[in-house]
Amino acid sequence: MRWLFEPGLFANGSVRTALVLGALVAVVSAVVGVFTVLRGQSFAGHALTDVATAGGAAASLAVVAPLFGFVGAGVLGAGAMDAIGVQRVKDRDVATGVVLGAATGLSALFLYLITLSTSTTGTTQLILFGSVFSVEPSTVPDAVVLGLLVLVGLTLIRRPLLMSSISPELAAARGIRVRWVGVGFMVMLAVAVGLSAIVIGSILSTALLIGPPASSLKVAGRLSRAFVLASALGVIATWWGVVLAYDSYYWFASRRGLPVSFFVVMLVMVEFVVTNLYARWRYWRVGTAVASPRPTKVEA
Amino acid sequence: MAGSDLLRVRDVDVSIAGRVVLRDVNFSIDHGEFTGLIGSNGAGKTTLLRVILGLQDVVSGEVLVHGAPMTRSNNSVGYVPQKVVFEPDLPVRVRDFVALGIDGHRFGLARRAKATNEVVDEMLEAVEATAFATRRIGSLSGGEQQRVLIAHALVSRPELLLLDEPLANLDPGSAQEIIELLHSVVTKQRVALLLSSHEMNPLLPVMDRVIYAANGRVASGTTDEVVRPDVLSALYGHHVDVVRVHGRVLVVAGDHQHDARDVADHPDLVIE
Repeated sequence: MRWLFEPGLFANGSVRTALVLGALVAVVSAVVGVFTVLRGQSFAGHALTDVATAGGAAASLAVVAPLFGFVGAGVLGAGAMDAIGVQRVKDRDVATGVVLGAATGLSALFLYLITLSTSTTGTTQLILFGSVFSVEPSTVPDAVVLGLLVLVGLTLIRRPLLMSSISPELAAARGIRVRWVGVGFMVMLAVAVGLSAIVIGSILSTALLIGPPASSLKVAGRLSRAFVLASALGVIATWWGVVLAYDSYYWFASRRGLPVSFFVVMLVMVEFVVTNLYARWRYWRVGTAVASPRPTKVEA
Repeated sequence: MAGSDLLRVRDVDVSIAGRVVLRDVNFSIDHGEFTGLIGSNGAGKTTLLRVILGLQDVVSGEVLVHGAPMTRSNNSVGYVPQKVVFEPDLPVRVRDFVALGIDGHRFGLARRAKATNEVVDEMLEAVEATAFATRRIGSLSGGEQQRVLIAHALVSRPELLLLDEPLANLDPGSAQEIIELLHSVVTKQRVALLLSSHEMNPLLPVMDRVIYAANGRVASGTTDEVVRPDVLSALYGHHVDVVRVHGRVLVVAGDHQHDARDVADHPDLVIE
């Protein structure tokens, strides 16, 4: 295994932090992401990453842990989107676009101010594209608590949330407060994006949030399986991303490793392509091998 | 005995965005009755159903269930909306969706109760959906989805089931199957049905009562009491004729120069 796992990989403190944090974030993103994809809120999820960028940059200027910048701004952004209107699909796109634009403008300002004060691009690079290797160990407990809160919260609202996602009208007729369930979910989405931002950067956090869930929904027939599969795909992508990034240090004579976020996002993409090909192959096989999947009805 | 009615809609007026949609609506529904809510597009049928469900505010009037005002969390009224679009890759099986009819509104960590599964199985049997119980709901045909929606609404054992245009978008054969299914369910489970439709004829054999909506007003009673030229002309605000031909009822724009046979020869005059 030496060819694969470079010596000292698992003894390295920041690698162990990366593996633990990466797994947690992958699972939270996967579970939140399945609902995000089901609800057609991928665009909102992406807008929240831009909001998180602004928050992360602001946190850096204020010398606060980036996690709180990412999460705090995300929650505010979610609130802003709801205030503008996320109930109707068309309004939702508009609200998301407006918040996205404003957040990107703020990011431009904050990131500019950062380059003025540090005269390097390191912080900007870190906020946008992240590096799970550079997460402060003191951030880990906070991230774990936030991650668990999201998982518990989502478990609590899963049925009304699923009903609201399938049909808001049906849910409302059943007495479900569709709007409040939606707001609750947006807050969890914002926290998930914030967590994801510290691992692969705010801009790339959409990849973990949407990629593994979208892959899982191509092949899973049941919601519980979609959660498990999306989590597994997310964890595999982050862990292998960490291993490959650590490895890459030895790939070039210059002894410069490649960014871990690059590997994670590429692996997510590979998983998406593979699951899609598998889904097509299965559809093609079932479609031709089985004459009729449903019993033929004889018309009277 | 007005107090013993399952549902009583009293003096309801509704305006949406300044436009009067329903005026002075009065009717009641008794246990186990099959009531058709008939009217053309825009007559206010969906609005009336939403009022009963508590999803639409009224300007004045009230909706009483068992003599008490309707609340949104009232479990005695079930609902099948006109159109629910199920994405083909929605990872929800038919039986899971029906089970959500029991616990879909519940928050909490608890897993689904064992007893729920048995009730779901019985319900799937009742709507003849057992054969596709484990398929994804988005992969079903329109008629199959309609049955599953009915099962979803009935599984919590409501006393009144509201269906918004369940026969629209179905071919005549499937529509007939759904009507027969509903009729047998009403009889077996003693559920009262209020079913909206722009087409009255398929319902004639099974309807106990009809609520006819036009111009934001309604007339209710038995078919013979309501589907009459004088009653409907008053509703529409202009003269209409009621033509009975080959066991079908046609409501046609009235014209005193033409007799019923002429109207039957000109189906484009049918305004229903």
